[in-house]
Amino acid sequence: MSLLTITFALLFYLATAVLIGGVAYKIYIYSSTPVPLKIPTMPAPMTTTGVVMRMGREVVLFESLFKSNKWIWIFGWMFHFGLLLVLLRHLRYFTQPVWGWVVLIQPFGRYAAFVMIAGLLGLWARRILVDRVRYISTPSDHLMLALLLGIGLSGVAMSFFSHVDIIDVKMFMLGLMMFHWQELPPEPILLVHLSLVALLMIVFPISKLLHAPGVFFSPTRNQVDDSREVRHVADWAVHFDQ
Amino acid sequence: MAASKFEVPELKGYTTIPLLQKGASANIKSFLANEKIQEDLGFPGELVEDWHDKAIEKMGELLGKYRGLRVFMDACVHCGACTDKCHYYLGTRDPKNMPVARQDLMRQVYRRYFTFAGKFFPKLVGARDLTREVLDDWYSYYYQCSECRRCSVYCPYGIDTAEVTMAGREILDSVGMGQKYTNEILGKVHRIGNNLGLPGPALVDTLEGLEEDIEADTGFAVKLPIDVKGAEVLLITPSADFFSEPHVESLIGYAKVFHAAGISWTLSSMSSEAGNFGMFIGNYEQMHKVALRIRQAALELGVKRIVVGECGHAWRVAYSFWNTLIGVGAGADDPFAKMLQKQLDPRYPQPAHICEVTYDLLQQGAIKMDKEANDHRIITFHDSCNVARGSNMGGIPGGQFILPREIIKSVANHFYDMAPETVFEGTFCCGGGGGLLTDDLMELRVKGAMPRMNALKSVVDTHQVNFMATICAICKAQFTKVLPYYEFEMSMVGGVHQLVSSAIRLDPNK
Repeated sequence: MSLLTITFALLFYLATAVLIGGVAYKIYIYSSTPVPLKIPTMPAPMTTTGVVMRMGREVVLFESLFKSNKWIWIFGWMFHFGLLLVLLRHLRYFTQPVWGWVVLIQPFGRYAAFVMIAGLLGLWARRILVDRVRYISTPSDHLMLALLLGIGLSGVAMSFFSHVDIIDVKMFMLGLMMFHWQELPPEPILLVHLSLVALLMIVFPISKLLHAPGVFFSPTRNQVDDSREVRHVADWAVHFDQ
Repeated sequence: MAASKFEVPELKGYTTIPLLQKGASANIKSFLANEKIQEDLGFPGELVEDWHDKAIEKMGELLGKYRGLRVFMDACVHCGACTDKCHYYLGTRDPKNMPVARQDLMRQVYRRYFTFAGKFFPKLVGARDLTREVLDDWYSYYYQCSECRRCSVYCPYGIDTAEVTMAGREILDSVGMGQKYTNEILGKVHRIGNNLGLPGPALVDTLEGLEEDIEADTGFAVKLPIDVKGAEVLLITPSADFFSEPHVESLIGYAKVFHAAGISWTLSSMSSEAGNFGMFIGNYEQMHKVALRIRQAALELGVKRIVVGECGHAWRVAYSFWNTLIGVGAGADDPFAKMLQKQLDPRYPQPAHICEVTYDLLQQGAIKMDKEANDHRIITFHDSCNVARGSNMGGIPGGQFILPREIIKSVANHFYDMAPETVFEGTFCCGGGGGLLTDDLMELRVKGAMPRMNALKSVVDTHQVNFMATICAICKAQFTKVLPYYEFEMSMVGGVHQLVSSAIRLDPNK
């Protein structure tokens, strides 16, 4: 077993633990923090089904962003849905036998990487060119885009230009999952790709990527407009009624 | 045009996104509350010595009490969707008036003290120590936000800057930096019962005078009852309705509606204020204490219904928070709220907006209008921010937009909406809401009104609109002051029930 394989195996265990543990901890914090007042952004749905629909439109179609700014919407949507297809395509490296629908989306997933990269470039261009967005950008905002672009470009490079032995990569991944380690092919481009992915997983729970779980806990989006019909009091506010 | 010490934006009839100009409104600061005002509310009289630690401690407390704040601090990705949505940014060009930048004033500190990345890599993630300079920035810019929630409509995560502003003000109050305007008014409500500090006897006098005026005007003895036990309806209305122009015209309108429909009603001298400035400073305890007067009045007078007059923030508090705070509503299973809910008539929404009352009566044919009485008016409607984005009416989707417009169309023949991106959920704040309706912020108020003034100018130019109806006491007061800066007549603004008042038939035989 090479040192390289051991290093990457441990790195991925660590990254997975940080990602799952960190996000679970944040979700615990969000869900255990009380919501003392009804503050949905009106007009809001009057039923729970309506809220599920609103959240669905928000998460799938980016409804509020669409109302707000068509450029951010189109670039943001290209990036996120490109990424989704790419991620789903990658399931082939973690399953044996590969599920039928994953096989089906392979070609789409491969080209979706370009859509994802185009979206990222568009978002980055706005960050540099639009004075308002430039003003609010921090170094980490730029680095996050660089990180995602790095992942996308190294992935595309392997997929279309400098092919890596996919079977060996898959053996490595399955080996990790079954705690029966297999050698990782020492291809530089692959190592770059995997390192960046691990880094992304590690920074996820301590960065703005928390918008992903966060949106589901946003009271302005997930509350039902029923304040006159149902009395809603937080535990810490109950003593005011005495 | 009124003489001014600052440049009044030029109106084009539409609003464009300006290039930012750093520090453009840094000099705009509302007066600090003095020791007396602060201590009346239980806040420190001046900036406490250990303000740094106290502020961080308070921030931690609020992060643990408000999920919204907690999520909003983490979720922002700096996408920029909100950057051009605030009327104060559009009017002042100061980048710290962009919603995300206003939030970042707090988020930078949050990151520094409450997150791993900010503790160890502050520069990288834009984290900052809470310095005196930052605290002063908080005071300036959290009192340059009207808590109108327009940004929250456009944020992909629903981040509501109003919640951040409220938390900011709450922290500032807790270390002794309160705002004179808001906190002084809160003191008046606690002492006297209304924001204007109008004592009971003066109120009774005013109402009697109004009754005489109405009778002289119409020949009908329309009453403005106060402290009548056993009345059906308790009307809670902003105290500006009692003597400010044009507010009082709407009060007369409500009285005529009750009169024409034969509904017995009363005001309360003890609880003569709908506005709840406790919300402006994000202080649950203050908000609760202010609201308690309404509960007490309802119980003492034994009323069956509680109706709220034309007041934006008040209606948000009433619609969204009263059930939580004082049990005005339905669906309670605790003794505190059940006591009141048993008394209130379940056939009506509790609380109800005066527009809901009037609209229902119109639908039933219980009141009749002579639309021609408003023929000299060409009308548009300004959706008040807190009604639009903080409440509902009529229990139907978008009812808060539909009901006032339907009432206007029932009492007048000429109505035109302003540009779609400036009304309904996208409405622009009047520029004076959320605790900013004070002369020391006049520059901000005038500049912040610019997007609304542009939209108004457009309908004035195309449809000769000469009346902008609204259902908020702050909007009315703000526009009365600000319209002249933009060379409009101050009398262009008025209430929806001012229009109702002109058109309603008082003769029961007709």
